[in-house]
Amino acid sequence: MKKYDVVMIGGGHNGLVAACYLQRAGLDVLVLEKNDWVGGAATSRELTPGFLYSNCSYVCSLFRPEIMRDLELPKHGLQVIAYEGGAVFTRDGDYIASYRDHDSHRREFARYSKRDAEAYDRYARDVTRQCRFIQPLLMRTAPDPFSFKPRDISELLYLGKKFGEFSPHDMAQTLRFWTMSISDFLDEYFETDVIKAYLALSGIIGTALGPMSPGTAYVLLHHYMGEVDGSVGAWGYARGGMGAVTQALASSFKASGGTIRTGADIAKVMTRSGRATGVILADGEEVRGNLVVSNADVKRTFLKLVEEDALPETFVHRVKHFKMRGSSGKLNIALDSLPEFPALPKGSSCIRGDLHFTDSMERMERAYDDWKAGRYSADPFVDMVIPTTLDPTMAPPGKHFMSCFVQYCPPQLTGRDWTDADRDAFADTVVSQIADYSPGFRDRILHMEVRTPREIEAEVGLTEGNIFQGELTFDQLLFNRPVPGYAQYRTPVPGLYLCGSSTHPGGGVMGAPGRNAAAEILRDLKMKPAEMSPAHDVI
Amino acid sequence: MMPDLATRLAQQKHITTPRLETPFHPRIAALSETNDWYTWAGYKAPHSVFDEELEYFAIRSMAALFDISPMVKYRIAGPDAERYLNRLTVRNVAKLAAGRVHYTAWCDDHGHVLDDGTLFQLSADTFRLCCQERHLPWLLDSAIGFDVGIEEETTEIAGVALQGPTSFAVLSKAGFEGIERLKPFQLADFAHDGGTVTISRTGFTGDLGYELFVPAAQALSLWDRLWTAGRLHGIRAIGYAALNRARIEAGFIVSNADFMTAETTLRADRARMPDEIGLDWLVDMEKVNFNGRKAILEARRNQTLKHVLVGLEIEGNIPADGAIVYHRRKQEAGLVTAAIWSPLAKRNIAIASLARPYGTRLTEDFWVEIYAMRELQYQKMMKRARIVPRPFIKLDRRAANPPGLF
Repeated sequence: MKKYDVVMIGGGHNGLVAACYLQRAGLDVLVLEKNDWVGGAATSRELTPGFLYSNCSYVCSLFRPEIMRDLELPKHGLQVIAYEGGAVFTRDGDYIASYRDHDSHRREFARYSKRDAEAYDRYARDVTRQCRFIQPLLMRTAPDPFSFKPRDISELLYLGKKFGEFSPHDMAQTLRFWTMSISDFLDEYFETDVIKAYLALSGIIGTALGPMSPGTAYVLLHHYMGEVDGSVGAWGYARGGMGAVTQALASSFKASGGTIRTGADIAKVMTRSGRATGVILADGEEVRGNLVVSNADVKRTFLKLVEEDALPETFVHRVKHFKMRGSSGKLNIALDSLPEFPALPKGSSCIRGDLHFTDSMERMERAYDDWKAGRYSADPFVDMVIPTTLDPTMAPPGKHFMSCFVQYCPPQLTGRDWTDADRDAFADTVVSQIADYSPGFRDRILHMEVRTPREIEAEVGLTEGNIFQGELTFDQLLFNRPVPGYAQYRTPVPGLYLCGSSTHPGGGVMGAPGRNAAAEILRDLKMKPAEMSPAHDVI
Repeated sequence: MMPDLATRLAQQKHITTPRLETPFHPRIAALSETNDWYTWAGYKAPHSVFDEELEYFAIRSMAALFDISPMVKYRIAGPDAERYLNRLTVRNVAKLAAGRVHYTAWCDDHGHVLDDGTLFQLSADTFRLCCQERHLPWLLDSAIGFDVGIEEETTEIAGVALQGPTSFAVLSKAGFEGIERLKPFQLADFAHDGGTVTISRTGFTGDLGYELFVPAAQALSLWDRLWTAGRLHGIRAIGYAALNRARIEAGFIVSNADFMTAETTLRADRARMPDEIGLDWLVDMEKVNFNGRKAILEARRNQTLKHVLVGLEIEGNIPADGAIVYHRRKQEAGLVTAAIWSPLAKRNIAIASLARPYGTRLTEDFWVEIYAMRELQYQKMMKRARIVPRPFIKLDRRAANPPGLF
């Protein structure tokens, strides 16, 4: 029986990134994916003829350009198209938009408040300063502060030096930023509720917290530190849907000689004398590997795939309590024609960006209150995009694909499992909300896929359907992600590594965890990557 | 207070004009031969109108009209306006008087310059602050505890600078009676088109000149009045390229060109104190309290000031903009932020920011490395530079009283 150098559990974007780097370094890598397609939460699926759905993740900004280059993803078909701003509709029939153009953006905000219009620059400056601090850390293994290894000490010193470049005022600001609620943070800059509600959305996406919960300011930062071709903070559409990212990775992987097996559900990680030696598939087949790398989240990996008695008690305790709570759902809709939003003037670019309906902080927090009580939000927060306004490859001409990210949506409903009827009722609250602002919306719907945390967990394998493989709060970042002492992609089981978003620097279609994990594995093997660019300079 | 729905809806149409046109735009567009526009604070503004070099000579020989409407303007009014501005800005506003203008700057708590600008005292308790960047949150937050109102009035008020030796003749011909009594930095109101135009004897050229402010609705009639009166006095419309040459000769600095304003810097070390950008003379330490006072005082006392802004005269005639300044040809000492060949001084001049003690204790043996791209090849030159006082030119006609009638 063939023995691989590396067996990868799961073909999500981080698994494929790590697999690519390892294969290119000269290892023989096998990617095992339980679904009949690869991609994890970055997929484009034709669920109705002629339409491609980005049915989990739906926009792209965080994916590191260094990785795109190293793995030759453009050659394998990846293209990311920047889009312009977006808007939130207000209940009184107006909207507030954001624009790439600085002066248009200011004039738009000035419709609501001249003060806020001019305050935006200060806000953008402060957030950008924090992004500049974080960005270089994404592509580095987090230092272990309790280790005395020279590398950890030097990484800690690097962190200290980066921090030292701040003025004392900015240092204080950083600590506040990493721990504050997005609501409190925005209060320091803006007076207008709808402006705050608009900007706060990046602070709650994918997080089981409300805008008034401490820690959400950092979540906002996480959504701002990406880029499209050097334009920091910009978001774009992957041409062909988010599956284009993982298809390019899979193509690059295979081109360098890697093997992918789909339809291979993994039941257990095999160990011998405490060391990982491969995996056992659901049908009992054993697949052997010198190393096993898990792209699955930390809970799925250690609470389902590894025998608990192989793990230290404290570790298991920490994994059990790693916060990875389902908070969102998703509607993927095929539309017969472009929906109309009478509030938007003709020719507005907003239709090509992200659209929202939650126009006050209180509505956003109330939506979270429902989640706390174990209900999906009666008045949900929706992040809606129509990528086909810029990407002609995802729907027939004149028809459109719409992605609606919906929050909040609990993993269980008041202590019981979701039913199909619950799911349909959930979808209806969202469609109703859209239809309130877009007359005739229901009539345009040709097909719709509805995903609650139940569907996301069942298909993608994300525990509780948490899109980040663990919440992005300060207690779960850097050397605490996922577990203190195990933040460097290694695990208590020798030969078993983690490479998914449960590890530093966290979730989003970023690829950095996969890349960093590959770097650590190669270090352990005393091997060098064929090509692994350091993080681009932030100058 | 958030504006009501009708007001907000009416303003939605801003997206149809992503570049605003100033109130003078129809006239400038009609005169424009080069069709050479750039964006100034969201407005379409002329880089040149007919020929940037000839436009410069219009400033120095005749009269030049330069549209300054995109300047950000704040109206600050109320019983505490003077006290408020004294707390806000580094200069002593008590020494200003109604009908006068002064150049000033304001700082954050760390003594870093937020912007520079001109403060017009329109009446005992009404002021207008003109500047490059936008500061409404800062101005409003600073007003807590003061009985003062602050309104941003950039779009409502049109401004035009009339600069050059015949500018006084143009205004006299245009019938602004009493204009001859205006001394430098004085302002007065004059009747125009059923309303009022505020004219100050100020400018950004170091030449004889005036700045005129009117409500936007009266902008075109004001332009026409000046244009008609100026016909025999060589009046021309000019763009920023020509003005920039004149302002460098006059030694004036431009925010976010010669220094970075504190609220726009991403890098902590880029902010500057007044003493670091040649504005130490504005700072009035006699004032008991103004923002940044303590930080500036400490920096002076502890000698922690890091930079200094100097005028340079560079050998040869190749402008050195963006060049690195060296001490003894080897040690990096600073950066040239603006440079031209000065037609008036017949010298190669520059404004530079040096890292102390260069420019303070060490004042000799500076060199400038110029990379001049000529037909796809860099001509690399190391040229000797001498620190000289600003302004680089001094024109008697600027301050003559009464002004010369050319």
